[in-house]
Amino acid sequence: MTAPMNTAFDIRLTDTTLRDGSHAMSHKFTERHVRDIVRALDDSRVEVIEVTHGDGLGGSSFNYGFSLTPELDLIKAAVDEVKQARIAVLMLPGLGTIHDLNQAHAAGASVARIATHCTEADISIQHFQHARNLGMETVGFLMLSHRSSPEELAKQARIMADAGCQCVYVVDSAGALILEDVSDRVSALVAELGDDAQVGFHGHQNMSFGVANSVYAVRAGAKQIDGTLVALGAGAGNSPTEVLAAAFDRLEVKTGVDVQGLMGAAEDVVKPIITRMPVMDRASIMQGYAGVYSSFLIHAERAAERYGLPAYRILEEVGKAGYVGGQEDMIVDVAVKLAAVN
Amino acid sequence: MTKKTAAIVGSGNIGTDLMFKIMRRSQNVEVKYMVGIDPASDGLARAARLGVTTSAEGVDWLLAQEEKPDFVFECTSAKAHAANAQKYKDAGIHAIDLTPAAVGPYVAPVVNLDSVEDVMNVNMITCAGQATTPIVAAVSSVVPVEYAEIVASIASKSAGPGTRANVDEFTETTAKALEVIGGAKTGKAIIIINPVEPPMLMRNTIYCMIPAEAAEPGEQQDGIRAAIAQAQEDIRGYVPGYGMTVEPQFDSAREDWGGFGRVGIWVQVSGAADYLPEYAGNLDIITAAATRTADLLAEKMDAALVTAGSTN
Repeated sequence: MTAPMNTAFDIRLTDTTLRDGSHAMSHKFTERHVRDIVRALDDSRVEVIEVTHGDGLGGSSFNYGFSLTPELDLIKAAVDEVKQARIAVLMLPGLGTIHDLNQAHAAGASVARIATHCTEADISIQHFQHARNLGMETVGFLMLSHRSSPEELAKQARIMADAGCQCVYVVDSAGALILEDVSDRVSALVAELGDDAQVGFHGHQNMSFGVANSVYAVRAGAKQIDGTLVALGAGAGNSPTEVLAAAFDRLEVKTGVDVQGLMGAAEDVVKPIITRMPVMDRASIMQGYAGVYSSFLIHAERAAERYGLPAYRILEEVGKAGYVGGQEDMIVDVAVKLAAVN
Repeated sequence: MTKKTAAIVGSGNIGTDLMFKIMRRSQNVEVKYMVGIDPASDGLARAARLGVTTSAEGVDWLLAQEEKPDFVFECTSAKAHAANAQKYKDAGIHAIDLTPAAVGPYVAPVVNLDSVEDVMNVNMITCAGQATTPIVAAVSSVVPVEYAEIVASIASKSAGPGTRANVDEFTETTAKALEVIGGAKTGKAIIIINPVEPPMLMRNTIYCMIPAEAAEPGEQQDGIRAAIAQAQEDIRGYVPGYGMTVEPQFDSAREDWGGFGRVGIWVQVSGAADYLPEYAGNLDIITAAATRTADLLAEKMDAALVTAGSTN
């Protein structure tokens, strides 16, 4: 069964400024930030707004960074603020648990987005089943999708759909996919899933393809697209929601959002509160180029400072080792060893 | 002493690796029975070839045998062990439980076996629990650990269907053991499954939140280093492939850590490759811990007999 969607529109934009953007804020969003951003997105008719620690429910930790404000408080504030939009939460099995999902649901979240590495979908089965039992809409994230072929990715998408996932995303966590890399993967998922589930795309800007890749995804049949205001997010940031809205409007792809309103939200609401603008620099470009999980950036920068190394060198080594999302702990291990040979 | 006898229940990867481990490495225990439910299993065939009495008729067959084993190693599932535990107890057999059922107390053999009162049923936690709780306990022996967090990464090929179907059980059990065995006030556990080829060795990162002064050079920090090094040596006594990849890293107190400092420990576990490949250090460490637990219990049982004999 596919997700409920307003059929007047061609695609649905999900804004994840308050989840993926949390990485760029070192997980220091306040309740005030959340209320201001949610109100602006809601007024601009964005249907789904994701609010969670950057690494999903339970992400507040040494390994990923502690939240300044408990995420449940932020979720409650977001739920309280919206008039039409629904609040989504992210969870990564192995980090977040069903207990966390229950709490988020009780706080008013109604969309569960459950993420695994692109080859490990079967660890999410219990969570999709549980989310559906709670009556939540479900979205599946196949992270670091560039590391799987379209055919392999489609098989993993099938596992999620069979578990109760209503839309499976091709997630370009490293910003490593380029144009046809995206449409080939989206097409493979659409062919596999048919009417059983929709397909979505989540892009990053590490090599500047976030918006273009999203257009390719939609042309290949994707129905849900992620963005963040001002591109605030891990690595060089996400596909900017306000640019996605403007581009799809020009391409006559109906999204139902208020383009001018989102430009205003980016400029007037988000820009003044953020502590660093997403940027394509040597380290973040390296993430796209070497296929490294975007959230590793700030951790690598911190290790670079502590151990006296350039961040891009650490990220390059992390890429060679094939570490996956969640293995932020390995950054220090790599840095200490690199520093020893330098 | 005469070797104690053991039955392995469950003839899958864990049970089979455990059989080889006991045969090759145990001082005090020998494998007498191997019990499964699949007559075609590789584990039962190997056991039979090595002279072990085997059956595919499950636990009831085992309990119907004239000669009961001293130990039973449960290598099935949490559900199966929950059903079998009372039967073992009634038969007077010591159960060493390698499932997450946790009918009995958690045991990390180098840390708390001596303090466990009822040893008729002990639980081996999880692979990550065996790899990390002794380190947290070592830090706790020097300074209070406000919070301990571990990240266990295992190769995709070594993550069995049981782990995959219930990762929550894995993280929740491990987190609890960081408190119960590690002595941390609060525990958190994270598991990551990595499919990289060639398969990665099991990795564990252990973070302990410690008093600000302990994170700075000085006596406490030296004490923590020494305790960690000792724990590593103790574990190496039964898991030779266990070791830190870098020196413990101390980070000064930070405001967002509530004014506490941190020590981080990076560990790698290379398996002994008794049956499973080297990368499956996660499976190796739990079978090795179970073997060591049985060896230590066997010594205790004999010591108790001697004591009982001398008073009579």
